[in-house]
Amino acid sequence: MRLFLHELRTEQVLFWRNREAAFFTFFLPVIFFLVFGSIYGNDRISGIRGAAFLEAGMIGYGVASTAFAGLAITMVIRRESGVLKRIRATPLPPWTYLVAVLVSTFITFLVEAVILIGLGRVLFSVGLPSRPFSLLFALVIGAASFAALGLGLTGFVRSAEGSSAVVNFVYLPMAIISGTFFSPEKYPGFLRAIADVLPLTYFTKLTRDIMVRHDHVWSQGGSIAIVLVWGAIGLAAAIRGFRWQPREG
Amino acid sequence: MTAVSVTGLRKRYGDHEAVRGIDFAIESGEVFGLLGPNGAGKTTTVEILEGYRKRDAGDVRVLGIDPQQSGTAWRERIGVMLQSSSLYPNLTVRESLRVFAGYYSHPRDPEEVIGIVELGEKAEARVRTLSGGQQRRLDLGLALVGDPELIFLDEPTTGFDPGARRAAWQTIRNLHALGKTILLTTHYLDEAEQLADRVAVLRDGVIVREGTPAELTGGAVETEIRYRRGGEEVVERTRDATRRLHELTAEALARGEELDELEVRRPTLEDVYLELTAE
Repeated sequence: MRLFLHELRTEQVLFWRNREAAFFTFFLPVIFFLVFGSIYGNDRISGIRGAAFLEAGMIGYGVASTAFAGLAITMVIRRESGVLKRIRATPLPPWTYLVAVLVSTFITFLVEAVILIGLGRVLFSVGLPSRPFSLLFALVIGAASFAALGLGLTGFVRSAEGSSAVVNFVYLPMAIISGTFFSPEKYPGFLRAIADVLPLTYFTKLTRDIMVRHDHVWSQGGSIAIVLVWGAIGLAAAIRGFRWQPREG
Repeated sequence: MTAVSVTGLRKRYGDHEAVRGIDFAIESGEVFGLLGPNGAGKTTTVEILEGYRKRDAGDVRVLGIDPQQSGTAWRERIGVMLQSSSLYPNLTVRESLRVFAGYYSHPRDPEEVIGIVELGEKAEARVRTLSGGQQRRLDLGLALVGDPELIFLDEPTTGFDPGARRAAWQTIRNLHALGKTILLTTHYLDEAEQLADRVAVLRDGVIVREGTPAELTGGAVETEIRYRRGGEEVVERTRDATRRLHELTAEALARGEELDELEVRRPTLEDVYLELTAE
C-alpha cells in the first residue's frame, strides 16, 4: 500500500509536470466545451439542449483523450526511453506500478469530468447529474475499458516519435465520428455504420442517458456490454502486446 | 563469498548464438570488468544476470538466486544502470532520486546520493536541462539509491568528457571502498585497467581471457621492440625480450652501429585487448 500510494503520487506529479501532454489530454476537452458550448449551447440536438448534449460528449471525449490517447502515448514513451525497463529492476511490483498508473489516469479523468460538469452548471445552466453514483459507475467502466484499449495499442506502436501520430490517427476520428461533438443522426450512412461499432459511441450514449435523461446505469445494459467487450479486446491486445522493454535494435 | 556465478551460459537469438558457453565468478566486494567489442555478448550476459532475459542453457546465480526466479526481495539488493539513460525529463534531480528511493525498504538518503554523484548544484534542476554527462551521473545515482549490494554498470562513462570520467571513476572507487560488488561493462580499456580487480575479455560470445589487469598484460603477450636501421623502422615482437634485446645490442655494438630510436614497450591492456579481439 505504501508503494502504491508513493507511485500514485509520482504519477500525478509526472502528469501535471508535462504541460504539453496535460494540455492535449486534459484541457482540450474543457476548451472545446467552452468554444462549442458558446456556439450551439442553446440549440437543440437530438431533442436536448446543445450544452447538455455537449457536456456529456466532452466527458466522452475526455475519456478518449486521458485514458486512451494520453495513457498510450505516455506508456510508449516510457517504454522506448527505458524507464519501464529500469522500473522492472526495482522492488516495485509490476502490478502495483500498473494499477497506480491506471488509478492516476482515472483520478485525472474524474477531475476533468467534475470541471466539465461545474462549468456546464455555471456557464451554460446545465443541471447537475441527478444520478451521481450511476454516473461514477459509468465513468469507471469507460475509463477501465479505454485504458485497456490504450495499453493494447502500445503494442502496435514501434517508436516514441511515432506514438502521437499513431494514437491521434486512431482517436481523433473516433472522437468525432462517435457523436461527442455532434449527433450522429445527421451523419451519412457509412459514418453512422462506423459509429455503430465504436466504443466511444456507446460510452457517450451511456453518460448522456444518465446525465440528461436521468437513466439508471443498469437500465443501459446494452451500452455497458459493448463498452466492456471493447475493453476485453483491449485487455487481450495488452496482454499480448504490452512490453516493458524497447524493441531490440 | 561469491556474489555472481555463471557456468556454461548460452543464449541464442534466431540462428545467431550471442553467448556460447561462458563461465565466470565474481567475489563479493570485487569490481569485475566485462570487456569486449560491440556485439561480443556483453549486454546479453549482463541482462541475463539482471533478470531481463532468459538463458537457453547454463547455470546462473546472482546473490545466491537464479535471476529467472527472482522476486522483489532480490531486487532490493541489486542496482542497475542501463546502457542508455532512462530518466523522467520533467522531474528534478532530487525528485528523481526520491521517487526511486521510495521503491526500496532501506534506501540510501537521496541527499547523500546527490553528494556521491556530485550533482549538488543541480539538485533542483529539471532532468531535461542537464548535460549528457550529468544525466548519466543521475542514472548512476538511481542505481545506488536503493543501497544495493551488487551494482550493474553498463558502459557507465560512455560520452563523458575526461573530467567527468575521472569524477565517475572516483565515485566507483568510493563504492568499491564501501564493499559493494560491481559488474562493469566497458569498451574503454583504461577504465577497466583503472577500476577492475579482474577483467574478462569477451569475443563472439566466448571469454577469450580472464584475470587481473596485471595478469593480462603480464605473461602471455609479446613485448614490442622498435628501432631504426638504415632509415627503416623495424618492429619486432618477442616473448623473450631480455635475450632478444641483448642480441640486438650486442650485434649493433659489434658492428659499431647505433640502434636509432630504440624503444622497448610492455604491452598495455589495450594491446592485449586488440590482439585478443582481432579476427
